This record gives sequence, C-alpha cells and structure tokens, in this order.
Amino acid sequence: MSRLPDGSRLSFGADEFLFVELSEEMSLQTTLRVIAITDELRERDVLGVVDVCPAHASYMLRVDPDTVDPRDVEGLLGEVHAGHADGQRLTIRARLVELPVFYDDPWTLETLMRFRDRHQAPELSDLEYCARINGFDDVQDLIRAHSSNPFIATFIGFMPGNAESYQLVPRERQLQAPKYLRPRTDTPERALGHGGAFTTVYPVRGAGGFQLLGRCAVPVFDPEHRLPDFDGRIVLPRAGDIFKYRPIDGAEYDDIRTAVADGSYRYRISETTFDLPGFLGDPQGYNDRLLEALRDA
Amino acid sequence: MLEVVQPGLFSTVQDRGRTGHYAMGVPPSGAMDLFAHDAANALVGNDPSAATIEMTYVGATLTFREFTVVAVTGAGVTAVLDGVRVPPWTSQVVRAGQTLAFGPMTTGVRAYVAVRGGIDVPPVMGSRSTYVASGLGGHHGRALVAGDVLAGGDLVAPGSWPRGAVSVPDELVPRHPAELEVRVVPGLCDYRLTAAAKELLYSAPFTVSTEANRTGYRLAGPPLDFVAREAPFGAGADPSNVVNLGYPVGSIQVPSGSELIVLVRDAVTGGGYATVGTVISADLDLLAQARSPDSVVFVPVGIETALEARRLRAARLRRVTELLHA
Repeated sequence: MSRLPDGSRLSFGADEFLFVELSEEMSLQTTLRVIAITDELRERDVLGVVDVCPAHASYMLRVDPDTVDPRDVEGLLGEVHAGHADGQRLTIRARLVELPVFYDDPWTLETLMRFRDRHQAPELSDLEYCARINGFDDVQDLIRAHSSNPFIATFIGFMPGNAESYQLVPRERQLQAPKYLRPRTDTPERALGHGGAFTTVYPVRGAGGFQLLGRCAVPVFDPEHRLPDFDGRIVLPRAGDIFKYRPIDGAEYDDIRTAVADGSYRYRISETTFDLPGFLGDPQGYNDRLLEALRDA
Repeated sequence: MLEVVQPGLFSTVQDRGRTGHYAMGVPPSGAMDLFAHDAANALVGNDPSAATIEMTYVGATLTFREFTVVAVTGAGVTAVLDGVRVPPWTSQVVRAGQTLAFGPMTTGVRAYVAVRGGIDVPPVMGSRSTYVASGLGGHHGRALVAGDVLAGGDLVAPGSWPRGAVSVPDELVPRHPAELEVRVVPGLCDYRLTAAAKELLYSAPFTVSTEANRTGYRLAGPPLDFVAREAPFGAGADPSNVVNLGYPVGSIQVPSGSELIVLVRDAVTGGGYATVGTVISADLDLLAQARSPDSVVFVPVGIETALEARRLRAARLRRVTELLHA
C-alpha cells in the first residue's frame, strides 16, 4: 500500500488490478470526486487499462499486465487526482426512475428466515431489525422513511444490473444497517436490500449480505431484451440514476408482474440533472422538485 | 460437432474470459485453471481465444459427429475413447461416431477438453465464457445438460495441422498437491486487520471447505481480528464491513473474521466486506484445482513476484505451443 499525494490509498490487487481508496467513509462529495476522476481516466484511454470501475469512495482499474506494468500507472493517478482536488464539479446528468416495491413481502421473508444463523438478531426479521437499530417503533415508519426520499446510484457493480444507491437526505437521516454476519447463499431475484447506507435491487437470484426489506416488482436486468426501457442494454441502472422506491401492495405487485411478463411494462423515467450545491442548500425542497418532475413524467 | 451424452457434475463452455465490462458488474468468467485451458488449446493447435469445456469433479461423456482432434488437461481424470484409455495432456485423433467418456477427477477438480477449432457458441460481450449466475454466454448461459449439441469452431492457430500423440512433457504438467502454497499481494483494506491477524493470515494453514466453486473458495482457519474502530459513515457496524467497494479477481475477504473467502472468476465485482489481499493470477490456477479438505498456506509477495510468476506461466505455455511446431 502506498499513498497518492492527496492521501488516497493505492494498492495492487495482485498483477491485474489497482485499488484506490479516497476515503473510508461515504459522502456525496467523495462520490462525485470519484466520478470526475474515473471519467477522466476513461476518457484518457490509457494503454493497457481495460476497465475503470468507480465505487462510492474508491475505484479500481483492471489492467492487462502483458501490455502495461501496473506500477507505471501510479504517476498518472497522482496527476489526475490533483486535477480534481476539490470535487466540486458537481452537476451530473441523471435520470429519475421509479421502482415499485412490495415491502415486507412473503418471498424475501421466507428466504431470510432460512439464514437466521448468519444474522445479528436471529429473533427479528430484517425489517424489524432495521427499524429498531434506526430508532423506529414500527416497520411502517422505516418503510415510510425509505420510500419517501429518492436514492442516487453511486456504485454500479456486484453483478450485472446491480446499483447501490444512497438516499438523498442529510447524513443524520440516513438509514444504516450492517451487512449479515456471514453472507447468505441465496436471495430472491429483485429483492430490495439495504446494507451500510445503501439500497439495491438484487438483479438475479444469488448470494448476498444486505438486509432484505422487500421485493421490487420490475426487473433491473433483462438479458433477453424484452422491455423497451432498457434501450437495448441488458441492465437498467446507470451511474447517477436517481431511484424512487414506490411502495405497492400484493395486488399491484401481481398486476405489474403480468405487465412485465407480456413485455408491456413501461418504467416511469424522467431525464434531469443532479446539482450537489443545489441539493446541499435545500435537500427537502430539492427532492420535492425532483419527485414532482417524476410524477409529471 | 459433438453431442453431450452425460454432462458430468458441472460442465461449462469457457474461454479466457471477458474484459471491459467489469465496471457494469460483469465478472470475467473464463477457465478457472487458465494454464490447463491454454495448454489444451495449444495441444489441438487452436488459437488461444478458442473455447474449451471445463468439467468439475465428475467428467462428461461426449460423442463426436465428425473427425477432430481433442486433448484433455487439468485435473487427473480417466478418459476412455470407445473403451480405450486416452492419455492426459496429449492430443488425440477422434473419428466421427466415437464416444469419449470421463470418470471422476482423481487429483484436482477441473479438467478441460479442447476440440480442434474450439467450441463454437455465440460470443456475448466479446467472450464465449459461461456466466451461470446471470445466464450469460456459453451454451444458453448455463451448464451443459444431456442432449446438448455443440458446434465446432474454426479458431485454429495459423500453420497448425491436426495431429494426435503430441504430449506435454511431465515437467510442464502442474501437480495438484493436497497441501499448497498460494502467493498473495497484501494490501487493499488490510489496514483493517490487527498485526497479529496479518501474521496468522500468512502463517496458519487454511482448509478448503466444500463451499468452493467458480464464484469463491471458502476456507476455514483461525479467526482473524480486526482493528477496533468507530465504523466510518456508510460502512455498517460489523468490524469487517467497509463502504462498498470493488473486489479484484482473486481478492481475499474475511466476513466477520470467521470465514475466509477467495473471490474467483465468477465472483461479484464488489461488495461491503473488507478485502485484505489478492491471490496472484498465476496461483489462481493452483487454487482452481484445490478441493476440500486440502490445506492452503498464503505467502505474501510483492507485485514484482506476481508479474514474474505471470511471465513464467506464459513461458511454460510457449514451450507447450512449440511442441506442435517441433
């Protein structure tokens, strides 16, 4: 491990990866700085760098060591970091996307009950546990807090279609939860999970460590190109997408599943920009305007 | 063209894997034991980009519908062509209608079958590798099943011609000992481990568990302690939690300090557990052949050793390739 001049940690993920950690903690400022740095690295098209992978407060480069010695990239990183010292280039293009969620659904409940031995509070459901540790008396209050303000996708990764998203509320109102003590070996497709300060929709069935809060009715991964709003891509999310999770009941869930199955489902999407100083100046007013735009979409 | 009569335990089409989509969450996939895969291709005169069949623990039974040349490498496995034993790490002429049947792996875990020209499935994002978790690539995005018919491709190396009885000399054939050393470049978030935990990580034997597959190898060993801290905002309270970050292929994590996981070729590309080092690419081949309850000792090395091991592997492969031009 070494340090770049700005204090970021750099280490080699053996011969094929470089890992750069700007900060151990999450903040929107750090994330937008990561986006600025990785955008520039991608645009520079460095010989031998085959993947540029931004995360919330860190990023990775995957290199082809037969083309470039990973040690030779370090100087470039220092230079690019210096060019984005303050991280205040802070308006990004964003899409607002509504995702209908059946909170407290039977499928994720069935799954999480099978993995209580890997959980911090085996006597509670994940929702009950998250409500309690975030100071809510009732799971409905947690659901209200989770669904009333939108989230911005700050890390695309884990699996195709996965987008870890950070709620657009001040830090003291962030919902936080630990990951499972040991990851589950099973999670239903489209489960809504929360871990750290991040929410995601699991694209497909598989392993996972986030607390399970519900199930999204619509896919975020469409390998067969059945839904028009994927625009020919196999994944729905893009970095900077702003997601609004809309609570739905079992009946609406079933209706939406039918529309997804016959390919007629249309996502509610609106194009916008996200402006960090504007948001920080008046978070609630900013969100209200965002959600108004989504309602009109 | 060949027909899968029996698929074995878990057999998939793999090549050297996909690059350029890691940032979207698409792992590389590809052959777990790249040296064995590359050597199988070389033995049948294929271009290095050709796809092979990776078989796990129990081999497949394959019937060939046309003349071709095949080779099997990797794990030790009995291969029988119409009742006659076929030597491993050796090219073999196969006539139309002949059936090649594999038994269980006797040493190692994964064996590779190369067919001259490669297995021809449609490339997805630049690779024929199967990524089962998302159903991408390979033969319909899944493991092979009985009745599957696979087409042969035309990815042959320029100047090569089909011939049997070319063997990789013994000294180039990797061994699969039950006790192995795996080299690791320390770093990533290993500042989270106590000094004592780091010392344990690089001295204690770890036992390969039965949960060891293309996504990750879980190993049992002594608990590793994390440095006490106040959790950074967004990380989660468990000492092993970090603000979610990217995982290098080969990276090691220790969820809750109790269970060590090495992420491999179909692993998730990121997550929220502290990573503490990365297995060098050359030694991922060794790990791919380790099975429960094999014992692993992790050896810390620098980036220069990782690059040198990579060069040595490439040089060994060149010697295999040159056999065909001898």
